[in-house]
Amino acid sequence: MGIIDNINKLFDHRIRLGIMSILVVNEDADFNRLKELLDVTDGNLASHIKALEQAEYILVEKSFVGRKPNTNYIATKLGKAEFKKHIDALEKLIQKPKT
Amino acid sequence: MSDQDYLKDISEIKNLMNRSSRFISLSGLSGIFAGVYAIIGAAIAYIYLFPKPGEFLTLHSWNFKLLLALLASVAILSVVTAYLLTTQKAKKNNEKIWDATTRRLLINFLIPLVTGGIYIIIKLNSQHYGLSASLMLIFYGLALVNASKYTIGNVKYLGYAEIIIGLLCAALPGYGLWFWLLGFGLFHIIYGSIMYIKERKS
Repeated sequence: MGIIDNINKLFDHRIRLGIMSILVVNEDADFNRLKELLDVTDGNLASHIKALEQAEYILVEKSFVGRKPNTNYIATKLGKAEFKKHIDALEKLIQKPKT
Repeated sequence: MSDQDYLKDISEIKNLMNRSSRFISLSGLSGIFAGVYAIIGAAIAYIYLFPKPGEFLTLHSWNFKLLLALLASVAILSVVTAYLLTTQKAKKNNEKIWDATTRRLLINFLIPLVTGGIYIIIKLNSQHYGLSASLMLIFYGLALVNASKYTIGNVKYLGYAEIIIGLLCAALPGYGLWFWLLGFGLFHIIYGSIMYIKERKS
């Protein structure tokens, strides 16, 4: 078993990695907040969120703020654990002595 | 992917974590200003308003009201200066000043601070002003420690220092003004200078 096994394919994209980075250090974040921090278009962000949601790495919570619908995203336990594994793997890859 | 890509990933993760959860535009200079205002305020209070030996400060005297007004001016001037310098810095760094992170920072800072403020006012109304300086220092320290989770820099150590000096102040009655001067004046200037030097370096 190599280090590569822990490199998560789902996190192999800048935006998905970004979404997880934000959600592991914040209790939650809404769509606009993610959009603003990641600097992406609506459609692009939505498709990456969908992928993470399907993997059950994040939870989607819909509510209303006044009359406006508001969607909040929260990292699940699984998502946080996978993210940590991914970071550890990245770290090891970088520290690995060159051969 | 090459090592370079992984390194880029990691720095991107770090950057997003910081930007999304911590407010980073607090200006060190505003700490220095707050300290200077506090020292000027304390000097005015000492020279003009404090009771001479053998006199007492009563709650309904003009001196007492002026003292409160002076305190409020120092606080307002500090907040306005901090706001102006911070917006300026945020603009330079291309950051938004009012977002979820700032809101969280402010709420967490204000909860202990407002609690302390109300407590002091209640005590003043029942003629207990002896511990005001100590209470101000302690609650301000708690507010800083509480807010430090949402900002970078070592504001938490300033918070610890204020709490310790507030407790010392409570243990040694009669020196309230001096402890207040140390905590709000000197500590702010020291902390602000350290922050300012760090900002310059980066």
